[in-house]
Amino acid sequence: MSDSVAIEVQGVSKIFGTAPEQEVKALDDVSVSIAKNEFFTLLGPSGCGKTTLLRLIAGFEHPSDGAILLEGTDISALPPFQRPVNTVFQNYALFPHMTVAQNIGFGLEMQARSKAEVESTVSKMLDLVRMEALRDRRIDQISGGQQQRVALARALAPRPKVLLLDEPLSALDLKLRKEMQLELKRLQHETGITFVFVTHDQEEALTMSDRVAVMRDGLIHQIGSPVEIYNHPDNRFVADFIGESNFIEAELIAADGKTGKVKFTDRVEFDATLPSATVETGPVTVIIRPEHVTLTTNNSHAHLRGTVNNSVYFGTDTHYYLTLDSGEEFVIRQQNQRGEKSRVNAGTQVGILINDDGIQVLAN
Amino acid sequence: MNQLVQDKANSPATLTNGAQATLAAEKRELAKRWFLVSPAMIIIGLAGLAPLTIILFYSFMSPGPYAGISFEPTFQAWINLVMEEDLFEETLGLNYAHGSIFARSIGLALGTTVLTLVIGFPTAYFIATRPLSQRNFWLFMISLPFWSNLLVRTFAIMMFIREQGFVNHVLLYLGVIDKPLNIMFTPTAVWIGLAYAYLPLMVLPLYASMEKLDFRLIEAAYDLYASRWKVLQKVIIPLVKPGIVAGSILVFIPSIGAYVTPKILGGGKSLMLGNLISNQFGTSRDWPLGSALALFLMALVMVALIIYVRNESRNNPHG
Repeated sequence: MSDSVAIEVQGVSKIFGTAPEQEVKALDDVSVSIAKNEFFTLLGPSGCGKTTLLRLIAGFEHPSDGAILLEGTDISALPPFQRPVNTVFQNYALFPHMTVAQNIGFGLEMQARSKAEVESTVSKMLDLVRMEALRDRRIDQISGGQQQRVALARALAPRPKVLLLDEPLSALDLKLRKEMQLELKRLQHETGITFVFVTHDQEEALTMSDRVAVMRDGLIHQIGSPVEIYNHPDNRFVADFIGESNFIEAELIAADGKTGKVKFTDRVEFDATLPSATVETGPVTVIIRPEHVTLTTNNSHAHLRGTVNNSVYFGTDTHYYLTLDSGEEFVIRQQNQRGEKSRVNAGTQVGILINDDGIQVLAN
Repeated sequence: MNQLVQDKANSPATLTNGAQATLAAEKRELAKRWFLVSPAMIIIGLAGLAPLTIILFYSFMSPGPYAGISFEPTFQAWINLVMEEDLFEETLGLNYAHGSIFARSIGLALGTTVLTLVIGFPTAYFIATRPLSQRNFWLFMISLPFWSNLLVRTFAIMMFIREQGFVNHVLLYLGVIDKPLNIMFTPTAVWIGLAYAYLPLMVLPLYASMEKLDFRLIEAAYDLYASRWKVLQKVIIPLVKPGIVAGSILVFIPSIGAYVTPKILGGGKSLMLGNLISNQFGTSRDWPLGSALALFLMALVMVALIIYVRNESRNNPHG
């Protein structure tokens, strides 16, 4: 087991500020283990501690408490230049007084590798990020997207055990960002290096990661694959931060391991999945994703009933904003068909059919 | 239709009129600019170019019997700059007295530059890494000595390094030395005095370029296996080089022509170029030689400036 672990964060806390009244707890007893060759994402709003955790792994900060292990060795006390871990910075931090090739070769030169080795690795890296033609350009002579590639190549060149990426795509425009997302996946696959990626963009996290840790206020709220995080969020914060959710009050009437039964006000019973934390039977909040339900105008056998307030056409789908009979707000995302005339107008009484396995119970 | 034809017929003439009007406006604009710069031009002409021309003229004349010059053209002053006639054999040899003064001036100026750089670099780094609110205070402290006269500051440093001064007291007390150091009236005293006088001129340009330094680059280098020393050598120094060069030039130029500091701290045995020049116009009564020496000093400064300008244009290929 421990052979396959790249980074092991053990009960790490980080407190900034010296005077007791100025103390800020950026990380609060965080533990996480990241497997070798994994694309691991730290996701959360700004100020959640994700960048602090990344800087602790890089060695720019030292933990106030706890330890960080790299392949089983405690590296908490080592300075950054003694850790086989490299960082791709948010602003790239490329050296303006060096060429593209000199930037990429910097880490290797500092490791006192032979000239021939530096040269061949730099060429390989330029090839990997498709920048061969620009090797002798100065940094201010290449575009933002190209700088991004150079920053990646520079961090990958010394073949670190772990590559840390601090919101590296945030400065790029949408099209370039999509391109780089695929590029990053490809690089990770080709190099086989463990990637630890920090972002506040949930879509980025879902499309690229093997596993995601959702963070807030210095705590990890949930760790899991993108599918787990999206379909089975443990709590309200995770459900709300990732994707769109309908939060409905319900009653849990039976719980058995991972599954249970809930019922809404109108006494219909449904199967539901349960969060990892144990939940007592009784009143609970459940979430239903907007695309996991079907809108119907025939509301005689509907699971929930409500009135359409507003509908917004998005091309591929239409979003309906409803008020349920219970008074709760509800969003439905209905895929559009060509030539369909059955768009529902505002003010219409409608029914909602919940798809099988469409309900997730949240921890209190 | 008629209107159109008329317009067509008129248009070349209108164009010419317009062009003439533009030309006249440009001329007026140019005249206005000349008028605005004229005070500066007059000052530069009267206080700069005219005296220089006189000095250049004097340097090719013979010394007058009681100072001043006599109007007999000769290259003697320029020969005397580097050569010396042997009193007995009437042959020309190198002027070792002048040579040693030139060497001492250049050496002390370079030494001062190095000393201010060694002290100024960490000082500027310290200030640049302070929180924004504290930096102005430290810059104020650095420029504080400039508020007093150079003469006063030179006497102050004299109190500091003389035989009964603070430095000797402390060193004796700490047991580093067992008898007072004799620093006064040596080139070392001049060196310390010059470095003290011109340190702010090194710190300020260094600070200006360090303030612009992106400290995230230091983190990046640190992450890429560069030790602290390598970060300094490979990232910080190359990036603040314009500041290093500017500070060095600003310290070197006044140091090489220093007059007050070597006069007070150096005594008679540590003459520098500035003192040598002043002697020619004073006790030695050789104005042509003094003029030649002054121009020689200017040439040295020009060389330093050319190195500076070359360096600047290399750093800003677009500017």
